[in-house]
Amino acid sequence: MSNEDIQKGLAEIVEEVAGVEAADVTSDKSFVDDLDIDSLSMVEIAVQAEDKFGVKIPDDELANLKTVGDAVTYIASNA
Amino acid sequence: MTTGNDVVVTGLGATTPLGGDVASTWDALLAGRSGVMPLDADWAVKYELPVRISAPLAVEPTEVLPRVEARRLDRCEQVAVVAARQAWADAGLGDDGVDPERLGVVVGTGIGGAMTLLGQDDLIETAGLRKVSPLTVPMLMPNGPAAHVGLDLKARAGVHAPVSACASGAEALAWAWRMLRAGEADVVVAGGAEACITTITMAGFIQARTMSTRNDEPERASRPFDVDRDGFVLGEGAGILVLEREEFARARGARIYGKLAGIGTSSDGHHITAADPEGIGQSRAIAAALRSAGVSPADVGHVNCHATSTQVGDVIEPQAVRRAIGDHPVLTAPKGHHGHLLGASGAVEAITTLLSVRDGVVPPTLNLENIDPKVQLEVVTGEPRKVELTAAVNNSFGFGGHNVSLVFTNA
Repeated sequence: MSNEDIQKGLAEIVEEVAGVEAADVTSDKSFVDDLDIDSLSMVEIAVQAEDKFGVKIPDDELANLKTVGDAVTYIASNA
Repeated sequence: MTTGNDVVVTGLGATTPLGGDVASTWDALLAGRSGVMPLDADWAVKYELPVRISAPLAVEPTEVLPRVEARRLDRCEQVAVVAARQAWADAGLGDDGVDPERLGVVVGTGIGGAMTLLGQDDLIETAGLRKVSPLTVPMLMPNGPAAHVGLDLKARAGVHAPVSACASGAEALAWAWRMLRAGEADVVVAGGAEACITTITMAGFIQARTMSTRNDEPERASRPFDVDRDGFVLGEGAGILVLEREEFARARGARIYGKLAGIGTSSDGHHITAADPEGIGQSRAIAAALRSAGVSPADVGHVNCHATSTQVGDVIEPQAVRRAIGDHPVLTAPKGHHGHLLGASGAVEAITTLLSVRDGVVPPTLNLENIDPKVQLEVVTGEPRKVELTAAVNNSFGFGGHNVSLVFTNA
């Protein structure tokens, strides 16, 4: 799966969980500071991403995924 | 009696089995429409529940709330937020009508997030821990409705959630009244919310033998004070009132519906579900409310009753009314229309009582065809009754022996 496909899939999850328009979920955006996503929604997003991309995102890894780009890179290298 | 420290009502909001707002609910009450209908949920069939009727919301909260907001809220929180936004808009306080540090919220619920609790329990059973929502606790906690209304309005004078079963909504108004009288806030948004038409609550009430099984005639099932009543019908909804210190409301030129002139609370100390059979605790709450309002029993022309359509409960309240007020008030019991909204009922019925005082009209009690001879008081049936009202009383009683009476007067 290309990084582009991962980002598109992640954007769909973010839209579903947090109501951020998929088009705004770009790689340089910070989940917390730019997209206004709280820690509870991040847990939901991580669980849905695990199912969608077949990865494990342990809590200590999740804490490091500050931006959409961080998450895409992590998923691409761990899927 | 005007002290400037009185508590006035300036905004109303509701979503009920009769309508998605106060106007449609009030219209249905006057027109004698029922909100009770067949319950055909899968779980009612699966568990062979003997009760197949309920009074669901007329308007789904998801039709009103944005999708993402709705998915973060239990249904009881959704209805609280819907009603609170209506009440806030109705009060015309806007974005800067009150200092947030002078704004309080008190919203009660009887049960809380039962649907979330059951739904998440199903999830952990079928899909394991990782599928349990991180929002589970804020969705099931009984202070959830109050907390979400408080957040929505950025209230910072205190957010509270009284829990006293079916008296919770009324207890919230009593608490709000006390906050305003104590000068802790200028505005308090208060009421009750409930949404638990689901397996375990239904099953529990069924096992307590409190519910109507008149499944073949849903609209006739809830019949307070009627000799053929056989239990209550479970409803859902929310009622929210904006209460203000009179001085504050007048200074900002607010439209005033009337006054929450006084409140009275008591506890039976008798039994966990049954009311004291002579209604002594109930009459003490009514008398305390009249004293706090400075209203004499002779001035009370109407009582909006708690009467839920159970055999035992309905005949206790009239004894309490007669003892505390006398034989002259005309009664009504709106649960005949919308069923029992549990922790929301006290707030929705407070709105009804207030509108009766304002408009001088008492809605009929639906399905009251043959009055129980033990009632011994006049109950409005058929058409709405026009009555000039100086003051009216609204009663709410809850499992646990909680009694709350509210007195409404014209401003």
